[in-house]
Amino acid sequence: MDKFTVLTAVAAPLPEENIDTDKIIPARFLKTTKRSGLGVHAFDSMRYRPDGTENPDFVLNQEPYRKAEILITYDNLGCGSSREHAPWALLDFGIRCVIAPSFADIFNNNCFKNGILPIALPREVCTQLMDDARQGANSRLTVDLARQVIIRPDGQEVPFDVDPLRKQLLLEGLDDIGQTLQHEKAITTFEQRRAQAQPWIPHIVLD
Amino acid sequence: MAPRTLFDKIWDSHVVETLPDSTAILYIDRHLVHEVTSPQAFEGLRLSGRRLRHPDATIAVVDHNVPTSDRTLPIEEADSRNQIETLERNVKEFGVPYFPLLSARQGIVHVVGPEQGISLPGMTIVCGDSHTSTHGAMGALAFGIGTSEVEHVMATQTILQKPAKNMKVVVEGQVGPGVTAKDIMLAIIGHIGTAGGTGHVIEFAGSAIRELDMAGRMTLCNMSIEAGARAGLVAPDETTFEYVRGRPFAPKGEAFDEAVAYWKTLASDEGAHYDRVVELRAEDITPVLTWGTSPETVIPVTGNVPDPAAEADPARRRQMQRMLDYMGLEAGQKIAGTPVDVVFIGSCTNSRIEDLRAAASIAAGRKVAPGVRAMIVPGSGIVKAQAEEEGLDKVFLEAGFEWREAGCSMCLGMNPDRLTPGQRCASTSNRNFEGRQGPGGRTHLLSPAMAAAAAVTGTLTDVRELI
Ligand code: SF4
Repeated sequence: MDKFTVLTAVAAPLPEENIDTDKIIPARFLKTTKRSGLGVHAFDSMRYRPDGTENPDFVLNQEPYRKAEILITYDNLGCGSSREHAPWALLDFGIRCVIAPSFADIFNNNCFKNGILPIALPREVCTQLMDDARQGANSRLTVDLARQVIIRPDGQEVPFDVDPLRKQLLLEGLDDIGQTLQHEKAITTFEQRRAQAQPWIPHIVLD
Repeated sequence: MAPRTLFDKIWDSHVVETLPDSTAILYIDRHLVHEVTSPQAFEGLRLSGRRLRHPDATIAVVDHNVPTSDRTLPIEEADSRNQIETLERNVKEFGVPYFPLLSARQGIVHVVGPEQGISLPGMTIVCGDSHTSTHGAMGALAFGIGTSEVEHVMATQTILQKPAKNMKVVVEGQVGPGVTAKDIMLAIIGHIGTAGGTGHVIEFAGSAIRELDMAGRMTLCNMSIEAGARAGLVAPDETTFEYVRGRPFAPKGEAFDEAVAYWKTLASDEGAHYDRVVELRAEDITPVLTWGTSPETVIPVTGNVPDPAAEADPARRRQMQRMLDYMGLEAGQKIAGTPVDVVFIGSCTNSRIEDLRAAASIAAGRKVAPGVRAMIVPGSGIVKAQAEEEGLDKVFLEAGFEWREAGCSMCLGMNPDRLTPGQRCASTSNRNFEGRQGPGGRTHLLSPAMAAAAAVTGTLTDVRELI
């Protein structure tokens, strides 16, 4: 996982609510057995017309947003299916940070686990940031994770909240499994205690 | 000790350790694996030289992209075949118990778990699929996880989680004729919205819920996700215990009695705290369906499609208009009488034997309307066999329905069962998002009985006219 420290980048405004994971990456692209390569299919139904050509009205098909690394939307981003292909598709497109008034739980988790920083901010603030983003190539946003601020093009700083553990993992680019395995003793103890208290819990063994 | 909810009790009994920021290392009792969200997890294990900590707490099936036609033929779509073959290689390499495609026990993972007695009350259950919430009907804490978490559970048998908030949805009273668990759940989602349960685990309670059989409770919990919740729960009771008794992987004999004694302690305590409580009267719930491309767009089948002009918020108004355009509906039109092209009865929401019986009771002695394609896709090989034993297959076949093999089928456009652009489908599944059942497909979510009614009349129809 790549570290996330300070990101200065073009932000793409997508002023819609309830953008579900089917929209971020339709089910028919889930048949891959790898994590990479989904970026070309991100937002497929909005990004391409039925004949497969690009829809010029869609923000990510416009300059400078083709190179956007930040995405700003309205409420409940990432609702629907739990597919982790959604953050993989965003990441493969180049998105490292998503900003919205709220996120669906699983999507929010999945972003962190893949090195994407989700930032929840009030709707009015999202609207302001979208206005910033609409001003084009020279209007970049800076996301400073260590300091927990977004720096607007005019220099104004917008603070945001982030879970301290998540923050640490992102800053260090650390994976969760290694972290948890540091507690392996506790897991073993728990298992022994349970095996005694609830010996009836069956093991799944096929004949 | 302060009174606790069902969720609190399951949670507390599975916390291995709480990290400084209140994240828990939560122990996982059951890990269900399928072909779509697991390959990258196995790949991760392989790359880091890790193994599964507990293959004996894990079960794998193929469901999402299996064809539901003749299973003895080779799978035509190359990428589907690749995912299935990848899973088969992985379960072999990592020693994971697996129900293969040709096994009678194969089926949709959320049908198979409870049916086999793998999902039990009081457990923590995860799967790389959001509708894992289904297993909450057992009185288990069950939720969907992403592929990185799948890998985490494989390697550590735990997951990192923050406690959810408690929400209670109470439905008191008795539902009228033609009103099923699906109608109750759609009514709840219509009431609280698709973000109504965000951050919460919903416990369903009240006399109308207690009355439901396990299949109905599974339908409710299944769609907790569509209400934005992390999971759904129903307290285990006699209905639950009777359901579990004798299932292949459930405890037997004395062990079963011991288990029941423990399960009886799980129900929420008197006076336990809920962060949010929502109450509905069962009598107010009618047969319903969705008109738009979000599961909260619920209206009674006797109702009219709403008019965006009446919506004050401009963003919402635009979204409603977009939904109407996509769905090919007019503002204000009556929803009943809208012609359908396809009827899909299946999915982890509604593909159990009880659902098929409900559909068959409407289909019996009637014919699928000309020009309508109507499919019945049992949730598992076991459900299929049971239905055939009861002669339901004949009822459906005589009426002109297709009788297919178990799988996710037309619930999502991932296997050969797909809508073509513009087709309108009465579907017992759980999601009506744009393109969910195939690009351009139009989905109306409803109950199995309502779906059968649509099949035999050729239009969206109030099932009460047929009973
Ligand atoms: S039936 Fe549909 S919702 Fe259920 S697991 Fe399969 S694809 Fe997911």
